[in-house]
Amino acid sequence: MTSIKNIFKNYTVPCIFIFLGVVGFLISGLSFRMVLNDIIERLGRNLFIVLSLIIPITAGMGINFALTIGAMAGQLAIIAVVIMNIEGIFGTFTAFLISLPIAFIFGLFIGILMNKTKGREMITGLIAGYFFSGIYQLIIILIPVNNPVIGVEGGRGIKSTIDLGIIKYSLDRFPTYIRIMGIKIPLFTLFICGLLCVFIWYLSKTKLGHHMKITGLDIKTAEERGINVNRVRVIAIILSTVFAAWGQIISLQNIGTLSTFGSHDQVGIYAAAAILVGGASIKKAGFMNAIVGTLLFYLLFIVAPKAGTNIFNDPQIGEFFRVFMAYGVIVVALYINNKRNRDY
Amino acid sequence: MTIKNKKNMLVSLYVLFFIICIFIIFGKNTFFDFLNRVGMNGILVLAMVPSVCCGAGLNFGISMGILCGLLGGVISIELGFSGVSGFIFAVALSVVFSTLTGIGYGKILNGIKGDEMTVGTYAGFSAVSLMSIAWVLLPFKSPDMVWTIGGKGLRTTISLENSFGGILGIFGSIVFFVIMCVLVYLFLHTKTGIAMKTAGIKPKFALNCGIKPDKYRVLGITLSNILGALGILVYSSGYGFIQLYQSPLMMPFSAVAGILLGGATIKKASVFNAVIGVCIFQLLITLSTPVINSILTDSSLSDAVRMTISYGVILYALVRQGGRRLK
Repeated sequence: MTSIKNIFKNYTVPCIFIFLGVVGFLISGLSFRMVLNDIIERLGRNLFIVLSLIIPITAGMGINFALTIGAMAGQLAIIAVVIMNIEGIFGTFTAFLISLPIAFIFGLFIGILMNKTKGREMITGLIAGYFFSGIYQLIIILIPVNNPVIGVEGGRGIKSTIDLGIIKYSLDRFPTYIRIMGIKIPLFTLFICGLLCVFIWYLSKTKLGHHMKITGLDIKTAEERGINVNRVRVIAIILSTVFAAWGQIISLQNIGTLSTFGSHDQVGIYAAAAILVGGASIKKAGFMNAIVGTLLFYLLFIVAPKAGTNIFNDPQIGEFFRVFMAYGVIVVALYINNKRNRDY
Repeated sequence: MTIKNKKNMLVSLYVLFFIICIFIIFGKNTFFDFLNRVGMNGILVLAMVPSVCCGAGLNFGISMGILCGLLGGVISIELGFSGVSGFIFAVALSVVFSTLTGIGYGKILNGIKGDEMTVGTYAGFSAVSLMSIAWVLLPFKSPDMVWTIGGKGLRTTISLENSFGGILGIFGSIVFFVIMCVLVYLFLHTKTGIAMKTAGIKPKFALNCGIKPDKYRVLGITLSNILGALGILVYSSGYGFIQLYQSPLMMPFSAVAGILLGGATIKKASVFNAVIGVCIFQLLITLSTPVINSILTDSSLSDAVRMTISYGVILYALVRQGGRRLK
């Protein structure tokens, strides 16, 4: 009995969400196969972005809400690919390549910003995300484009939704369309996520990874040991931003349409909520947290609107409920973490 | 006269000079538009002052107070009040609601010292979503507010024509704002106010003086919440509509940008900052809208510009404040 109590104590947030998910699933009355299908699709779509949160948490910078900026870099790269009209998996990889320098520069900028606001990284990242969103919109509205596929008539600005038919499912269905017992499996996408897990694991074994861990534990000690704290933190943010850009490209190739003004908006919040649901704290996170969190969070995401419809006869309420849940879980997780940290 | 007072005088003279210039250059209409905006947004910006003073940083969770104000207003319409009595009833109700939520919210913020602004933002966001559910489910009946088709759930925008829309007028809202400023100023100079400021600046020192910082933080946040509720009622009354659902989501950010433009920081803010800040911010918006519209006929562009400016200001303030001293 005590062991069960301990499990609940150590994994409060995941336990609550397992409960909510199961109850929601029962109320929604959806078939198990359909839910499984959806969850696996969502896992492929979102896991990479959620994984990109781990490195800054290890480096003691909290949750990187500036993920949205990385996502914008990914979107700019995708727009470039659509202009160049490169089809299929080559298109996706070209987007990866193009987004690399953009995300690198953005990441450098955020890193410098966060080094100036040590201890307030999360709110800085959040506001920086909104700020960049404004600049990004200015770029989108003002950029001269002569391409009829994505440009607005008149030669200035980009359409608000872009069809990504040329790269749709290019990773998910590579090399072929895989179906096991009627369940679609995005094998190659999951393989790429696995590669990122391996990379994060490998990084933690290198010297840089050790420096990150020490910086995350105690910044003063790290400085005394002669670690260039600022450099380590900037590297962590750059890596996170680049991975966020790639993650956004992966998720967009699955969705198949780019909403130019809005696709990046919720990325940071949903990813943060997912990793927190998985039991991560703002001081400690591993890839198991990311995987479990993504599964649980998107399980609720799928069943909540249907459950809302069944209880209240109004699909709108389920929609509001899942947004409330995404924001609420961040508040609750931060609150619980902070309480626990103060106990020491 | 101290240096600070001299500086304040100088700044106010500059701002006054600019406002007079605008009156001369752009004429009466723009000027009244500007005054109207100041009256409408003033109290929302003022609401940041107690929260900063008590050490909780900028109150990004002001949307909670805003929701209380909206709830008060909606109930007042439902019960059939109109005109001045409707406004007063709405104010009274929303003060009760916002006091209760403010105390709860303050207690939450006491549990997460250091991350108040991050948690405040998300607490505000989640409250907006929660209340969106409530707007659909609450059993309102008034035909002025409920969707005509279906007869259930409140509309996204509710016209205040039959209730308290525009009853304050431009002059009234300005006077209301000034009264609130004076009240907050007086409060900050009472014994309680000074204790609160001390608790905000140096919690350890305050504890040694026998002041309980946690108690005063709850007080400051509650005050901020109440001012937010009053602010949205004045805003709605001036605007002529109550906006529900997702519209309070981004309101805290413009209020925060307003007070930061007035020279406040995360650690320090005064009533003076709020007044100057709201003047400058609204001046910017009043003037930039016709200018941008004449250059480019795209309305989404002026939104993007406004967004960039206000978030840029907040970001600059965060960077200027620098890092927290690390243990």
